[in-house]
Amino acid sequence: MPPIKTLMFFMLASLALGSAGAVAFSRNIIHSALALLGTFLGVAGLYVTLSADFLAATQVLVYVGGTLTLILFAVMLTARIEDMKVSNPSQAMLPAVALVGVVLLVLGKVAATTAWAVNERATNPSSARLGHAFLGDYLLPFEIGSVVLLAAMIGSVVLARRAVKRDWERE
Amino acid sequence: MVVGLVHYLTVAAVLFGLGLLTVMTRKNAVGILLGVELILNAAALNFIAFEHFVVGDIAGQVFTVFIIVLAASEAAIALAIVLTVYRNFRTIMADSMTSLKN
Repeated sequence: MPPIKTLMFFMLASLALGSAGAVAFSRNIIHSALALLGTFLGVAGLYVTLSADFLAATQVLVYVGGTLTLILFAVMLTARIEDMKVSNPSQAMLPAVALVGVVLLVLGKVAATTAWAVNERATNPSSARLGHAFLGDYLLPFEIGSVVLLAAMIGSVVLARRAVKRDWERE
Repeated sequence: MVVGLVHYLTVAAVLFGLGLLTVMTRKNAVGILLGVELILNAAALNFIAFEHFVVGDIAGQVFTVFIIVLAASEAAIALAIVLTVYRNFRTIMADSMTSLKN
């Protein structure tokens, strides 16, 4: 019987990777978008096992609550629901698989042969330390991040709106 | 067996590979965006894993928060662009947007 932590890791990893496989290979765009939910939840669980509790909650709130909803809206607004047979076609699968295989080989070799200076730590909650970091050392990037979010919000509103022409503009 | 750094790196690498595969093979623009989200999640997982196992301070989590911020704004902008493209072309398949070709 493996320890519960190992068991949790393998369950969460298989949830994340299985859903990611569905994202990559499903032929229906809605199935792909919904499978992304499993990946986000699995990665959030992995964050918890790495003592990043605040980030796990943020991952669920922002990705599942925000990004995924946005993606589903875009799918509903753009895919013609009646011709649903192959809404997410793929092309050039063979060269892509070969290239990804090469990339994974290189990554695996680097990860396996580098002598990482690993030291074991207990899993501790870290939200308080993260808050102190954001209001201390990382205050300026934090504020710039909120400006970036504001700019993105305004930009997407400007891009996605339908231009309303007034009478004097039509003439 | 004890779950160590290499296990997390493996999960992140496979996640990255699947995301790369999605970006390279999909024709649907929203599908390509899903692949980008996978890649960003893999990078964030790597940051957290290295922070927990190697570095030990809080910097990795700070970077991951910024990754989430940028991923959210990227998704909002990209989906607005997708909507605009759909309004102009009536399709979002990346291989049929070829108005520069002729």
